[in-house]
Amino acid sequence: MLVVSLLPTIASASPADVSEVAPGVFVHIGQVAEASAANAGDTSNWGFVVGERCVAVIDTGGSAATGSALREAVRAHTDRPVCAIVITHGHPDHLLGLAAVAEGGIAAGELAVRQLAHQRLAAAVAARTPAYRTLAQRQLGLAGPPQIIVPGERVDGEVMLDLGGRQLRLQTWKTAHTDHDLTVYDSQTRTLFAGDLLFVTHLPVVDGNLSGWLAQTPALRQLGSLRTIPGHGPVVKGDGWQAQTEYLSGLRHAVREALKQRVPLQHAVEAVPAPDGWQLTEVYHRRNVTAAYAELEWEDGD
Amino acid sequence: MPLIRVDTPRPALRWPWRARPAAWLAALAVALLLPGLADAADEPSAETEQWAGVRQFLFADRPIADGRGDVVELDAPFRAEDAAVVPIGLKAKADQTPGRYIRKMWLVVDKNPTPIAASFELTPESGRADIETRIRLEEYTWVRVIAETSDGMLHMARKFVRAAGGCSAPAGKDMEAALARLGKVKFKLEGDVQQGKPTLAQVMVSHPNNSGMQMDQVTRLYVPPHYVRRVEVAYAGKVILTADVDFSISENPNFRFYFLPQAGGSELTAKVLDSKDLSFTSTLSVGKTGT
Repeated sequence: MLVVSLLPTIASASPADVSEVAPGVFVHIGQVAEASAANAGDTSNWGFVVGERCVAVIDTGGSAATGSALREAVRAHTDRPVCAIVITHGHPDHLLGLAAVAEGGIAAGELAVRQLAHQRLAAAVAARTPAYRTLAQRQLGLAGPPQIIVPGERVDGEVMLDLGGRQLRLQTWKTAHTDHDLTVYDSQTRTLFAGDLLFVTHLPVVDGNLSGWLAQTPALRQLGSLRTIPGHGPVVKGDGWQAQTEYLSGLRHAVREALKQRVPLQHAVEAVPAPDGWQLTEVYHRRNVTAAYAELEWEDGD
Repeated sequence: MPLIRVDTPRPALRWPWRARPAAWLAALAVALLLPGLADAADEPSAETEQWAGVRQFLFADRPIADGRGDVVELDAPFRAEDAAVVPIGLKAKADQTPGRYIRKMWLVVDKNPTPIAASFELTPESGRADIETRIRLEEYTWVRVIAETSDGMLHMARKFVRAAGGCSAPAGKDMEAALARLGKVKFKLEGDVQQGKPTLAQVMVSHPNNSGMQMDQVTRLYVPPHYVRRVEVAYAGKVILTADVDFSISENPNFRFYFLPQAGGSELTAKVLDSKDLSFTSTLSVGKTGT
């Protein structure tokens, strides 16, 4: 059931592969890879939850192609209309499918489609849009920079989303993976869409606040989900947070040590050894050291 | 390098630096010895349109010695790890002496929205002209340092830096945190203070350093620009470094520089001015040196 698409299609209109991980909860597992023309931006996870009345989509993949394939996948599995699209955070691999999803017709039907995200997402994406457009065009091999739209409805704290006989809890977090992370929890099946607050097999990426991420991890674990959909990597049953927590706390320890020993930033990225057992370490570990260093050097209160 | 001290390993973690403390030294040695291991085949011409404009604006027809490496060098990564925080070193080849010193250095990033990222005014009192800072990088670009020596000659060093991959962008990571701490200025001394010996210090400014060029799609409002535009460092009452900068410098601007400690000790002071004319100051007492 769970098959990763290997077709290098640019604007596929065929449905993406999804698996029903719990009743009415469908998930697509993207590749653990950097976005490229070959994978057409299918490098993150997304899913949708079907209620009695309507459907909520959670994240949209990293290109117009993933957005179209998502739309077709929804159509292939349910005839209920989409009433909400939730974006867990504003990174392009989760956001760039939104334009295709929102404009491509699953919005059709009697229901207005709510688009929701953390209240800080719009500002964060605004600050990054030129860079994201350039990067996506280069990585995906597009003729021009892609369209980037952001959800208009801002969540701050908790919001319940009623799909008819089924409620999703949207919850915003303090700065962690980014400064605008949001999770979606389906209490009926105890399924958590963690967005990039959880990485599995893909090396965790710090683009917000390392200590904030570690500090909020216990609360994420205590949500008590039976299964968690990470932003990248396979679905985990039970508690899937240990490996990420070890990496992040190890990173913090090492960077604090580097700061204590007055190792300058440009040498710290070399001197903090990369961990074993993760993918894309060569792309993200040195960057994580950089981000952690710039954060932790402000730590000693005086 | 200082001696490496390693904490008692905790059993839950088995990263190399815990299991094998020598990994620190080995990794560092590799870092210091192999700066050019990646191939530079995709370097485009250094004669960019942006540089032609900047060169004309700053230096008109004055000759510039390019890439000789005898006065100044540029320390920059082959590839930016994080587009928001790219460490850059402007390295002088000789100490600052009253007879011959670097009096000004410009940091130019060809492809950034404002290519002149910084200009630094220096004096013989700093001991060494080296400056380290961190910049934002929009895309693949040439980065240059141009140094003007006290004889009025210009010298350039440059490197081509590739942009970061992933979801990296030249934006602040935690704007609220930076704003909450706005204007906090910290000094750090990087080594032992010895009288008459150039001593490395660091000045850090907590500031979002926003360009104000981005529009919020939901509110349709532009974030107002708010960035540090000048940092002035004095030692013993004499200005030793003036940095005129803009939002090409990373969030929480950070500068490492040298000063010459004097007998009996004195004070380092930093005066920071931002684009909203807010000013922030900090003072560090550099203790008696005992020499």
